[in-house]
Amino acid sequence: MLEIEIDGKAARVPDGSTVMDAAQLLGTYIPHFCYHKKLSIAANCRMCLVQVEKAPKPLPACATPVTNGMKVFTHSALAKKAQAGVLEFLLINHPLDCPVCDQGGECQLQDLAVGYGNGKSRYGEEKHVVVHKNVGPLISMQEMSRCIHCTRCVRFGQEIAGVMELGMTHRSVHSEIMSFVGRSVDSELSGNMIDLCPVGALTSKPFRYSARAWELQRHRSVSPHDSVGANLIVQVKHDKALRVLPRENEAVNECWISDKERFAYTALNSDERLTQPMIKQGGEWREVSWNAALDYVAHGLKDIAKTAGGDALAALAAPNATVEELYLLQKLLRALGSGNIDHRPRQRDFSIDGKRVGTPWLGLTLADLKHRDAVLVVGSFLRKDHPLIAQRLRHAVQKHGAEVSLLSVAVDDPLLKLHAARAVLPSDLANALAAVVKSAALQKGVSVPAGLENVAVDETAERIARSLIAGEKTSILLGNAAQQSADAGHLHALGLQLAALTDATFGFLGEAANSVGAQLAGALPDVVQGGKGNARQMFEQPRHAYLLFGVEPELDCANPQLAVAALQQAKMVALFSAFKHTSALEYADVLLPLAPFTETSGTFINTEGRIQSFAGVARPLGEARPGWKILRVLGNVLNLPGFDYENSEEVLRAAGIQAADAGFATGLDNRLQETEVTVYPKPQPTNALERIADVPIHFTDPIVRRSAPLQATADAALPTARCSAATLAQLGLQAGQNVKLTQGQGSVVLPVAQDEGVPAGGVRVAAGHALTAGLGDMFGSITVERA
Amino acid sequence: MAILGAIHPVLTAGLNGAVDNNSGWQLKDYVARGGYSVLKKILAEKTPPDEIITVIKASVLRGRGGAGFPTGLKWSFMPRSLPGDKYLVCNTDEGEPGTFKDRDLIRYNPHAVIEGMAIGAYAIGATRGYNYIHGEIWELYQRFEAALDEARAAGFIGQNIQGSGFGFELFAHHGYGAYICGEETALLESIEGKKGQPRFKPPFPASFGLYGKPTTINNTETFASIPFILKMGGEAFLNLGKPNNGGTKLFSVSGHVERPGNYEIPLGTPFAKLLEMCGGVRGGRKLKAVIPGGSSAPVLPADVILDATMDYDGISKAGSMLGSGAVIVMDETTCMVKALERLSYFYHEESCGQCTPCREGTGWLYQIVHRIENGAGRPDDLALLGDITANIMGRTVCALGDAAAMPVQSFIKHFRDEFAYHIEHKTCLVPKDVQWAGSGFHKAAEVR
Repeated sequence: MLEIEIDGKAARVPDGSTVMDAAQLLGTYIPHFCYHKKLSIAANCRMCLVQVEKAPKPLPACATPVTNGMKVFTHSALAKKAQAGVLEFLLINHPLDCPVCDQGGECQLQDLAVGYGNGKSRYGEEKHVVVHKNVGPLISMQEMSRCIHCTRCVRFGQEIAGVMELGMTHRSVHSEIMSFVGRSVDSELSGNMIDLCPVGALTSKPFRYSARAWELQRHRSVSPHDSVGANLIVQVKHDKALRVLPRENEAVNECWISDKERFAYTALNSDERLTQPMIKQGGEWREVSWNAALDYVAHGLKDIAKTAGGDALAALAAPNATVEELYLLQKLLRALGSGNIDHRPRQRDFSIDGKRVGTPWLGLTLADLKHRDAVLVVGSFLRKDHPLIAQRLRHAVQKHGAEVSLLSVAVDDPLLKLHAARAVLPSDLANALAAVVKSAALQKGVSVPAGLENVAVDETAERIARSLIAGEKTSILLGNAAQQSADAGHLHALGLQLAALTDATFGFLGEAANSVGAQLAGALPDVVQGGKGNARQMFEQPRHAYLLFGVEPELDCANPQLAVAALQQAKMVALFSAFKHTSALEYADVLLPLAPFTETSGTFINTEGRIQSFAGVARPLGEARPGWKILRVLGNVLNLPGFDYENSEEVLRAAGIQAADAGFATGLDNRLQETEVTVYPKPQPTNALERIADVPIHFTDPIVRRSAPLQATADAALPTARCSAATLAQLGLQAGQNVKLTQGQGSVVLPVAQDEGVPAGGVRVAAGHALTAGLGDMFGSITVERA
Repeated sequence: MAILGAIHPVLTAGLNGAVDNNSGWQLKDYVARGGYSVLKKILAEKTPPDEIITVIKASVLRGRGGAGFPTGLKWSFMPRSLPGDKYLVCNTDEGEPGTFKDRDLIRYNPHAVIEGMAIGAYAIGATRGYNYIHGEIWELYQRFEAALDEARAAGFIGQNIQGSGFGFELFAHHGYGAYICGEETALLESIEGKKGQPRFKPPFPASFGLYGKPTTINNTETFASIPFILKMGGEAFLNLGKPNNGGTKLFSVSGHVERPGNYEIPLGTPFAKLLEMCGGVRGGRKLKAVIPGGSSAPVLPADVILDATMDYDGISKAGSMLGSGAVIVMDETTCMVKALERLSYFYHEESCGQCTPCREGTGWLYQIVHRIENGAGRPDDLALLGDITANIMGRTVCALGDAAAMPVQSFIKHFRDEFAYHIEHKTCLVPKDVQWAGSGFHKAAEVR
């Protein structure tokens, strides 16, 4: 510990601290621009110059290490003169166009100019002008003359996003921040640069000129878009969400959010919103009152339950519905005598339903991810599925030398240095993980688990096992593709075995915002012999009536063909949706306008089990209503007991979850009750091509699919059929040709592209996209022929 | 350029004035002059590195790149016993206006630099070295590569040098001409393939240098001096010069003298003697001012510099810096406002743009001086210039800010009347025809 005195206030700080660290500890503000606690020290803005006793010249607080007994003066004449001098320099070439600048009112330069600058400029020369740039649909670089060259955006790219998409070119006053010539900024975390920019150089393109900062009300919220549950500030004007910013929570999202979370709100103000209940009568859609719509649904449900039995009813909910909604949905369905409810539309394998000890979760806290020595991620499109988890792992690799390995169905560059990586076909993923388990057993000198005797151990498996054994804090994480594959149960069991052998934590990178909460709310099918009523079986054995809650089956289901076929034959389909989902107009009978997360109160439980309740930030649009209210009233209309909740907190309590802001859910446990011995390697289908389906980052839920700016990004490019060169050669195809892809009864025509990250024999075709909605299983067999 | 004169030459001894650009530089010539004998002796006798550093310290060899930091002391900062890679880097990024000595060393005596670097590497425990050569002297980069090939073939660099077990790989690396890459940490960034921008110090290169490894960086002339010092002994080298200012040094004399070029003279030689060696002021005109150490050193008026001796302490006492030894001579036909405008433009263009005071301040300085020169000066401009320079100096990441500010301060300090005249009368104190008469450019234009 070192002793330091700043402006007469004494503090003790750890060795290696800077003067800025010490000042923050003491609550002393030192003006700065380039310094940011999450970024490396650049010391280039020179705004934080302070006087240090015995130093002949002022020193930058951000870069000056504390020495024992140091005395610092932040407001002495010398310090003030230095700070004022720097501020004058910063302003001479700044356009001072605050009245028309989007940053006006929340601008660090503006604030510091008031606090530290002169009222009048001594600079009478022409100002330097910087030409504007176009870097894509999210970030506006229209007024780059405002840039003060702090390089926060550059360092963010290098250090946090993992890819340097902006840099400072040229010298002297000609210095400019720009992307590589002609390139856009495509990182899925790019929007954070807007927050980091201390001036109005980088601004939000979708938000530009829509409001001034002081006109906006700030409300807390929680992201519904991925399993991290990033904390948000939603800024609202006239009941319209106009901007979304991260709310700092070191334990969850630190100070970052992904672009998906930042810009998805644009969909909430779009024309596609469903604002009135609608009923199809005689093939015609009519807008009706809530009473009429709910009467219609209640009658339909009652009649079908009476005539065909409760089992003829089924409900499928989105895994990003709130705990309250999911609890009431399952309560309603069960009251009608049906246990056919699920929240896992993309899941293929339900073999371990009923064998879980508790609720599957991450297996450790998000914050702990940064302190891992070794991590194995199995079956994940890591960076696009979980941008903020990838960011934490990147930090672990960069700062602590963690060894992160990836065993998946395709190797997309996660923008972090991988210790080992292997891509195998989905049907081979369990074999590949089995090889790691066996290698770990061999390296530990313990007996090889039963069933793994004939597994061949490859070099990658050995390398992965070695890193898991050597590391002190290690984790095995199953990603979305692993959970969605036909071998999900086997991968779960193997992961547990490996964790036990290597003393690692085991867990799941949750698929959606409320994957954990949905299980705790009971949105799971009754477990009966044969796995009745789960998200797949309810379509394999078509039911008479379906309640679809926030899902869009042709985009959200593991096998859209199967789902749509079942829905088309049903007597009644009621769709609870925030949007007019056009494909549903064919098979649905009732559309009920559901309030999105900004217009309802509710609770998400993120992948680490953190219970995060939030309030609505705006009044529901039109006749849209919070899901819990709709279900509560529907329960009343059905005369069901126990549907008299007054608010969402009561529902949450009824669901058995204590509303607590920083609390964690109980009952989280990834263990399995029993594990049958499976013999590996599992035989591989021969000569059949396998589909490998990712859900691209901007197609994961109904809101992001309708966000215009997100749909204009590189990540939202039209799907292609991606194969390795070997597969292309085998099929006699060349990249760029159109091919006809067929699964079951459906086929689509897409261009084929070469991608060496796809294993041989695999064809990567994205799911979640309207163009591929006609296909079948995400990880099923597929045929490819020249179109 | 050429080496046009010497007193007690060390670095240029035996080069016979080096009038021929293409002979005398090769390995055979250098060996004939006694080259590589020191390296061979050190490796054969396994001289302890500390002994070498002691000799260098005794010679009081001060860094020839401009800062004048004692070389022996710098070498002793290297954590020699630390395991892992260590680097030795030679700074031939000679970009300071007025300085053209290192290019002649590479042109005429490249093997002295190579031998000096090999000895340095041995002394500090480095196994890899780079010579970073300015991008605008491409033919000398090629010459150095050729010399490296010779040295490698003869076994003076590479693995297991002269069978001693000591290995030192030396590479040439050329920049693209940015002045800032002569700043040692910007130079390291540039070698690493990044944009040449100075790093914030601390940490210093001796602990965190090239690729984050301990690194020692010296000037070309410094390295070239090493073999000669070790041959003649530290005391003998020191005695060539004067106390605290050891040895001889190359001076690049430019401007209004009869014979501009490089001169090797002992430190402590009077400026008047150097001027005499250069044939005096051109056309017998009156000396007006001299920048004694490269464009960033404060200018000295004639009467001050004529009393000074050419060594670190002597020039410092006179109120300037010896710097790299670039002596810019200005005669009575020079308009000091015009001269400062030219210098300020250089620093404005060459600022790397990284830190605020330098990026913004150098441009502002230039704009004001430019305005004064062009008859648009304002009464409070001189005060403003003083204020801006004060706000730049000591506030920047590297020394470029100071380098840009010092000429402005010194020009105004010593020639204030010229600036004031310019502002008041919107034209030069030195009549235009006098300026033109002194300008080679205008003379050529008249003849044509």
